[in-house]
Amino acid sequence: MGRTLADKVYDAHVVRSAEGEPDVLYIDLHLVHEVTSPQAFDGLRMAGRKIRRPDLTIATEDHNVPTTDILAPIADPVSRTQVETLRKNCAEFGVRLHPMGDAGQGIVHVIGPQLGLTQPGMTVVCGDSHTSTHGAFGALAFGIGTSEVEHVLATQTLSQKKPKMMAVTVNGELPYGVTAKDLILAIIARIGTGGGQGHIIEYRGEAIRALSMEGRMTVCNMSIEAGARAGMIAPDETTFAYLEGRPHAPAGAEWEAAKEYWRSLRSDDDAVFDREVVIDASTLTPFVTWGTNPGQGAPLSANVPDPAEFEDPTRRSAAERALQYMGLTAGTPLRDIAVDTVFVGSCTNGRIEDLRAAAAVVKGRKVADGVRMLVVPGSMKVKAQAQEEGLDAVFTEAGAEWREAGCSMCLGMNPDQLKPGERSASTSNRNFEGRQGKGGRTHLVSPAVAAATAVTGHLAAPADL
Amino acid sequence: MEAFTVHTGRAVPLRRSNVDTDQIIPAVWLKQVSRTGFEKGLFSAWREDPEFVLNRPEYAGASILVAGPDFGTGSSREHAVWALQQYGFRAVISARFGDIFRNNATKMGLLPIELPEDYIEGLQDKIEANPAKEFTIDLPARELRCDEGGVRSFEIDDYTRWRLTEGLDDIGLTLRHADDITVFEKSRQPWLPVTA
Repeated sequence: MGRTLADKVYDAHVVRSAEGEPDVLYIDLHLVHEVTSPQAFDGLRMAGRKIRRPDLTIATEDHNVPTTDILAPIADPVSRTQVETLRKNCAEFGVRLHPMGDAGQGIVHVIGPQLGLTQPGMTVVCGDSHTSTHGAFGALAFGIGTSEVEHVLATQTLSQKKPKMMAVTVNGELPYGVTAKDLILAIIARIGTGGGQGHIIEYRGEAIRALSMEGRMTVCNMSIEAGARAGMIAPDETTFAYLEGRPHAPAGAEWEAAKEYWRSLRSDDDAVFDREVVIDASTLTPFVTWGTNPGQGAPLSANVPDPAEFEDPTRRSAAERALQYMGLTAGTPLRDIAVDTVFVGSCTNGRIEDLRAAAAVVKGRKVADGVRMLVVPGSMKVKAQAQEEGLDAVFTEAGAEWREAGCSMCLGMNPDQLKPGERSASTSNRNFEGRQGKGGRTHLVSPAVAAATAVTGHLAAPADL
Repeated sequence: MEAFTVHTGRAVPLRRSNVDTDQIIPAVWLKQVSRTGFEKGLFSAWREDPEFVLNRPEYAGASILVAGPDFGTGSSREHAVWALQQYGFRAVISARFGDIFRNNATKMGLLPIELPEDYIEGLQDKIEANPAKEFTIDLPARELRCDEGGVRSFEIDDYTRWRLTEGLDDIGLTLRHADDITVFEKSRQPWLPVTA
């Protein structure tokens, strides 16, 4: 029987397999940040253990970091302690760290691919659920908790049971103005927040192949929002072109050898998936969320749904609760929803193409009165490139705030937060209650929709301008 | 890790689906570098509502959380498990769990029990009718028992059950295979990157 892409990558990393026991799975790259690692380092110290492979480990400061005045000490003493703890741990255990202010600093899922550290066929983990991002390269990449972070530090392996396989095939072509973000939001709305539970999703089909690497990262990034720990896309010429010449990509004869191997990383024609979903890309339009989980989304042209229309009682009560939290009334056109904040950034949409897409919309226009627009590059490299292209000026001339790199308002661990009752259009990945600040209300959108929303003051697509 | 064998305690019904880990413990609590003190952050936004189920006196001291489907979705934060445990929960019952949450729970000795949604709704009805009702979770027997005699079996794989009942730490178990890891490392492809 044929094997899937995920089978191939998984099987190639099994160190030990025994009946009735989980597999010991080797990890090629371990990404570390300040929030989910301190207790893991403590665990190592208490047990007198070292990091087995510091040379396969890299750390950055992203979740807590302010996006202004980054050369001053962090004002919040608790955040400062956490960041300083990471610095001490990395120094003590010999881990490469990109601290605030460093040209290589950025969101952990932006810097891995940027450095060429994320490559096809690898296993990549991080104490962060959006590690699924790296699956865009045909790597098996997933988020882990702090106990597992400690396990990887100590053993460079994880104790794993092979997940089930799910194929999401996107046929046809995305219409003009419909982006990777719209696509993944539509996929999550279709399969639900628990739809991918226990599975690795492989995204395939014409519309996926046509995406850039950054678009593919946006799609894989939100696999976790569909319940799947990992999302993958088979590597192809687009992948190779993105990787070639990056600091940690193979070079010379090794580049050729690697490419030959990477070309074998695709699901066999007779591979069997435990579940398959097919989507017609040509029917998609800009997509936004109206509720408090990422599966509660609809086309921008739709109205806020009436909970009474949900047949399933669990979904109905979830929708009722969501509308109450979001302060929305059933039947309101989504386009009529006014926002006071627009956030462009995050590991979902904080890359250069995302910033270009948003800049193209706001160029020569103004952010609407009463709206604040925050643009937070995913990494200092993205920031530098955007500035080289003059995007910072486009944003600031439109009235947006141009910030330093970090997770920022995606999860509001730094000062970039919504106040109670404030409403955002956000290019991030989670619209959970309080995610962007206690009492804050979040609508997940693409960078283009975020930018158009900033200009009009209510949810809008560029075509509405 | 805390071993889990047989536990008897009262339960609290949480009639919400998609209880993501941001609700279990909001991000503001994740800045701590220690492993303790997270009970204060458990459901901290929801606990501001005096009517929230955990604030009701009849459920004080309950140790089994009976929740709606898709419990523990979202963020990988293990702090969610620590918060539940430090608050006093030993087990969570739901129709579906977020994969990472479930993993984190079994690493720490918080027992995630998966049972069908309609059964859980029935269970919630019973608890609400009599919050003093006691339940026994017998992990070796894979059974949930009610003080009035009802028995429901649940599934958990043999290995996880063994590890939980013995309270074994995964790192120690894996390090028994350190030689296999060394052998594997010699076969890794030469082009694979190093961060150094």
